Amino acid sequence: MLSVEDLYAGYGAILALRGVSLQVKAGELVALIGANGAGKSTLMATIAGVLRPFRGQITFEGQSLLALSPEEIVRRGIALVPEGRRIFPSLTVAENLRLGAATRRDKAAVERDIEEMCTRFPILGKRFHQPGGTLSGGEQQQLAIARALMARPRLLMMDEPSLGLSPILVDEVFAMIRQLHKSGVTILLVEQNVERTLDIANRVYLLNTGRVECQGTPEQLRAQVDIVGAYLGDMWRGD
Amino acid sequence: MNVLQEVLQFLINALSLGGLYALMALGLVIVYGILRLVNFAYGELVMVAGYTLLMLGTGPLPWLIVAAISVGMAVLTSLLLERVAFRPVRQASATTMLITSFAVSALLQNAAILFVSPRAKAVVTPSFFTENFQVGGLLISKGNLAGLVVSLLLLGLLTLFLRRTLLGIALRAAADDFVMTRLVGIRANQVIAAAFAISGFFAGVVALFWIGRLGSVGPFVGSTPVLVAFVAAVVGGMQSLTGAVIGGYLLGALTVGLQLVLPQSLLDYRQAFVFAIVLLVLLFRPQGLVRGTTITERV
Ligand SMILES: Nc1ncnc2c1ncn2[C@@H]1O[C@H](COP(=O)(O)OP(=O)(O)O)[C@@H](O)[C@H]1O
Ligand SMILES: [Mg+2]
Repeated sequence: MLSVEDLYAGYGAILALRGVSLQVKAGELVALIGANGAGKSTLMATIAGVLRPFRGQITFEGQSLLALSPEEIVRRGIALVPEGRRIFPSLTVAENLRLGAATRRDKAAVERDIEEMCTRFPILGKRFHQPGGTLSGGEQQQLAIARALMARPRLLMMDEPSLGLSPILVDEVFAMIRQLHKSGVTILLVEQNVERTLDIANRVYLLNTGRVECQGTPEQLRAQVDIVGAYLGDMWRGD
Repeated sequence: MNVLQEVLQFLINALSLGGLYALMALGLVIVYGILRLVNFAYGELVMVAGYTLLMLGTGPLPWLIVAAISVGMAVLTSLLLERVAFRPVRQASATTMLITSFAVSALLQNAAILFVSPRAKAVVTPSFFTENFQVGGLLISKGNLAGLVVSLLLLGLLTLFLRRTLLGIALRAAADDFVMTRLVGIRANQVIAAAFAISGFFAGVVALFWIGRLGSVGPFVGSTPVLVAFVAAVVGGMQSLTGAVIGGYLLGALTVGLQLVLPQSLLDYRQAFVFAIVLLVLLFRPQGLVRGTTITERV
């Protein structure tokens, strides 16, 4: 479904990705782990079209994404829950959700999906007419995920959705990701919460300073626990 | 006149001038919110509308049609400037864009000097703008009343547009976080063009009233409106549309108020007093009266 080949990208003179290759097949939940600054967010931003790669190829369902703008890439079916949530603070919850469906023309279905989001995330229904900026961190995270789902993406990319949440909310977020995956959404997940991520992922890539250090099924990564531990330090041992 | 009458008179004049100032400020802020560009060529949109009024004003067309065409010209010019002048420098620094806007402003003024005249020319305006009528001892200028009503109407329409339509919501979203707005699938060029169109529309409407009062149009007719718009926007808070409206009405009320309270000998220095008060406001609230939402990266 998604294929990244030998990707180089960065910021000005800073090279943040140095030859990353990665595959996501339809229906998979692929996790991307790695220490801070490894290049995980950069990879997602490049796939989403926010950053132009220096070299390499990105294809989605057989077509190259390289020349496309972010707004065209969403239309191809890739939605991003970005690092730091980035909900629209001055827009109400309702408006945030409606914008999430900006690429869709099926008005009635959009309305139905908004209702469904409010059922799936009851807090969004409760805060429906409040500005997004007044929501707590956990609520904003739910809104960011719901907003991305409103696009009915075939591939959902999530960048550290559990960051900064209380333990209970972290549980909820992971339960939700698992449920989304079960319902058929293909997911590319960036997480610092390695142990729990290995529990739900089909395959895992470990990124280190812009390169794929190792990859495989969670079992394969667990077998290489020493290598992984060396890169991730304390994070590996517990949360 | 008794006190009540004086208060009413003040309110009408302040709301009328303030309404125009609010429209001016909005035209500037709606673009600034999205591009972080203070478009100093905004005043020249007023000028373009003014020259259209000048050229068609003596023709056979009824004034309302001429007015509509003039507003349309301001909108077209605004869209054209976005396309040829600002889009190429969109990725550049804020300073580059600012300098571009100064250059465009100077270019248009010089074009007017060259192709029309360096001097202001009288514009045929309906007598309406200078007529008054009396209600219960109150002398009301028709032009002022029309300005009051039209500005309130446009503020209402803009609010509806920004709240009820997808494009309007996208405009507000783009002021919050432009990149994220693109990431949900809103086309960057589309929201930016919409902002410039609205900006041009407000400049055009302001031109009708501004030039209606002045009775003439010249190459520099836009410099006061753009200055007023800028000051009102800064006072209100550059990142908030509500701020722009508040700033506009405040500035209007101040201007009209000072006219009432200042002795005749100081009336000429009214603008200086207005700016002194504005400086005081900014001393205590450098970010303006209304703080906008967080700024993230531009485009
Ligand atoms: N906007 C930016 N400008 C310059 N350098 C950046 C920017 N964002 C990230 N970087 C750098 O790129 C590298 C990868 O960062 P990032 O992709 O955010 O890592 P991760 O998401 O894995 O923590 C880091 O060295 C970081 O300092
Ligand atoms: Mg990151």
